[in-house]
Amino acid sequence: MRPLLHIGTDALALDSVATSLGDGAGADGAVVTFLGLVRNHNLGRRVRYLDYEAYEPLALKAFERIAAEIAERWPGARIALHHRVGRLQIGEASIAIAARSPHRGDAYAACRYAIERVKQIAPIWKREFFDGGDVWIEGATANPDDERARREAERLACA
Amino acid sequence: MRVTVRLFARLRDIAGTSELARELAPGATIGDVWRQLAGEFPELSQYERSISSAVNADYARMDQVVGDGDEIAFLPPVSGG
Repeated sequence: MRPLLHIGTDALALDSVATSLGDGAGADGAVVTFLGLVRNHNLGRRVRYLDYEAYEPLALKAFERIAAEIAERWPGARIALHHRVGRLQIGEASIAIAARSPHRGDAYAACRYAIERVKQIAPIWKREFFDGGDVWIEGATANPDDERARREAERLACA
Repeated sequence: MRVTVRLFARLRDIAGTSELARELAPGATIGDVWRQLAGEFPELSQYERSISSAVNADYARMDQVVGDGDEIAFLPPVSGG
């Protein structure tokens, strides 16, 4: 069984990320899962594939931080988070998240919060290879202490 | 003292390497390391306001003083997920 928080080159699967959370000793009423996929288009470009890289030790600590934030915000909710690195083809999964909780509302919120926070603070990058060239995608400046960004992730999670 | 510098994504492409070693004066900060690198690789300067930094795989501020043997990482804006 994979650990709760994992980064690797191997293919991701929903059942694998969901089972890594265990059975909750019967107290859970919901599991919500999310799979992020490589899309064949971005900003009008025809995407051919993506290369992902991570600063792995820091990325795992960022995942731990996200899990701790969730435990504090939604008591009883837990997440498992698996991220793939290396070359990914169209349609393959780059990230798999599962959230378990006694109640479905918290599980949905925790799952959405996790993906929003990954995009804000995990030191992971994708290089997009498209018809006619390639480009590093650059999103947010990673700052785990940026409370405004954290609240925005929470707002999206509870929308 | 001597530190290791790790560069990721486009920063690595600009510098042409993912890892460098640098000699620093005692009391040097992460920001000092960055300015030294930006002097060597002027294209890095465009990231002045958007990079994050880490020491020994923990996020750190640019004014943090570095120690002998530290691993310093410079991170362009992230795009995981």
